[in-house]
Amino acid sequence: MGILDGIPHVHAVSSHRPWPRALVTEAGWQVAIDRLVEGSLTLLGFWGEPTAVHMAMLEAGSAEIAVVTYACAAGTFPGVAGRHPPALRLERTIHDLFGLVPTAAADDLRPDLRPWLDHGAWGKSYPLSGSNAARHVQPYQFLPAEGEALHQVAVGPVHAGIIEPGHFRFTANGEHVVRLEQWLGYTHKGIEQLMQGADLEAAARLANRTSGDSAVAYAFAFARAAEVALDIEVPRRANYLRALMAELERLANHFGDIGAICNDASFALMHAQTGILRERTLRAADAAFGHRLMMDAVVPGGVARDIAPDGIPALRTLLAEIEKVFPRLIELYDNTASLQDRTVTTGIVKAEYARQFGAGGYVGRASGRNFDARRNLAYAPYDHLSFEVPVLEAGDVNARIWIRIREVEQSVGLIAQILDLMVPGEIRSTLPAGRGACEGLALTEAFRGDVLVWLRLDGELRVERCHLRDASWFQWPLLETAIEGNIIADFPLCNKSFNCSYSGADL
Amino acid sequence: MRRILIESLTHGSLTEPAPAPDEAALAELATKVDRAAKARLGRSLAIREVDAGSCNGCELEIHALSNAFYDIERFGLRFVASPRHADVLLVTGPVTKNMRQALERTYNATPDPKWVVAAGNCAIDGGIFRGSYACAGAVSETIPVDLHIKGCPPSPTDLLRGLLALLEHVGGKR
Repeated sequence: MGILDGIPHVHAVSSHRPWPRALVTEAGWQVAIDRLVEGSLTLLGFWGEPTAVHMAMLEAGSAEIAVVTYACAAGTFPGVAGRHPPALRLERTIHDLFGLVPTAAADDLRPDLRPWLDHGAWGKSYPLSGSNAARHVQPYQFLPAEGEALHQVAVGPVHAGIIEPGHFRFTANGEHVVRLEQWLGYTHKGIEQLMQGADLEAAARLANRTSGDSAVAYAFAFARAAEVALDIEVPRRANYLRALMAELERLANHFGDIGAICNDASFALMHAQTGILRERTLRAADAAFGHRLMMDAVVPGGVARDIAPDGIPALRTLLAEIEKVFPRLIELYDNTASLQDRTVTTGIVKAEYARQFGAGGYVGRASGRNFDARRNLAYAPYDHLSFEVPVLEAGDVNARIWIRIREVEQSVGLIAQILDLMVPGEIRSTLPAGRGACEGLALTEAFRGDVLVWLRLDGELRVERCHLRDASWFQWPLLETAIEGNIIADFPLCNKSFNCSYSGADL
Repeated sequence: MRRILIESLTHGSLTEPAPAPDEAALAELATKVDRAAKARLGRSLAIREVDAGSCNGCELEIHALSNAFYDIERFGLRFVASPRHADVLLVTGPVTKNMRQALERTYNATPDPKWVVAAGNCAIDGGIFRGSYACAGAVSETIPVDLHIKGCPPSPTDLLRGLLALLEHVGGKR
């Protein structure tokens, strides 16, 4: 049982697949936290239920995953964030939604119970707790930053560009940022409650719309969690079609990002050029799968529809176009000194933080964290495809651009392989009826990092509880560290180089 | 850089012909635009986009309006950074309760005459998030709406059709 061998536990839950989940007492919970603190385990997820909390953890350097569960008999659980900061926003969210209270072993570890998602606007407290307990929500207190000549700049929730809403509180000394504190939650839609009691089809539609730019990755993760819980296989053709869509989604987003980052450094030419590639990618996706963002195409059991007959030539034309145009854009980026002047050494994420926070995607990989769910967890069909995972050490805006550039090249290669390998056959397996309660956990690699879905189904194939964890949870806090010491004017550039999801993390 | 610029100049334009304005949208607008506004604004509208809790799918397609294929600025439509510079609020999302006050304030900060376009199924009636404890639902329940554009998300062409219908009316060209 790998990870759980070293963590004292009461018993393992037999209906949880594919990785083990075990119930632990306080002693086991503390050992798990110890291992997170020492870095031998990475926190993958931390979520609640009305009377329990769960942590999913990944063993460093292996594909081993385990979930530990602590039953909150008294409505409390031993706090994690006081000792392991990456858990902080998740812990505050558990309190906001379920009313469970983290406790601390010592006064100096007093938990941060400032509301995170709860802005006092819902008309009720602890909406997923099942109780009517009221909470007195006080005006939000930002952390203090003291010193002579410091001033604050408040930005948002409505921003200047066409982007999602969130609040950024900068404390600056002249132009230099001393501290950035984010306050998010503005797009909280109550997705996890809407999931409860939903049938698989309705729940999959919600998963698609957790973060619209990663619709395929979420649908893919949700479907895999359901399939592994129900212990069913997906037809080979469906797996290839899923990966085809996932790579198209990655291409479209990376094109959009590369251009948008350069645009935030006032280099509009790149934005215009990558905008053309992005649009061509979305049109090819539309031709192949009937929807530009490919929403609702991946479903539990397989895919909802096969690739259209003219989809394959459309994708081949797209690949040829990218292979013709993209190398010139790489050269353009590499040879424009005024642009490099803005991106090189700007917004550095320390490798140590990327590791501690388990930062996924280009944020982690630009700072030396060599993790990609497609390779490390080798889920189908990536176990049969050949690709490389680019990793850099510099951790600046420039490195995050280069990771995307290299990933575009890899995705083009993957799409070409899939088109060659694709076999005819079924595209959807039937779901078994009445299998009994079961649980599944799945991760997929979205363009911005790994998406985790944890799912418990009842005997009638309805969702009892579903938790969706976006990569952004562990990236947003690193943006706060990356901007420190940079000038405020470089914030859009840094922010765009992260391109974290607001909706995905607000749920 | 020079080569890309020269090729872009000589390769012809990617920009596609404008779609016809949406008939249903024109009908919805027929009663809502007054003569004074037409005279004052001509055929130019400044748009402030407000994400009231969308999944960000609508934002992606709104962004696409500015690419070379749709080139929204050729119609006199442009996105501005502040509601104080805007004639039109383009609102997406199921109006999360956490965004409701910000949406109201943005509306109040926009000078008259102004129009509100609710884009996407969530903005029309809350979409799949309707009924959540965290969502107020239709944009029209929070601020007055002049035009709805359907879709999940609406394609750039759908968005352009709706906005062109708005422009036709404001410009008084029909």
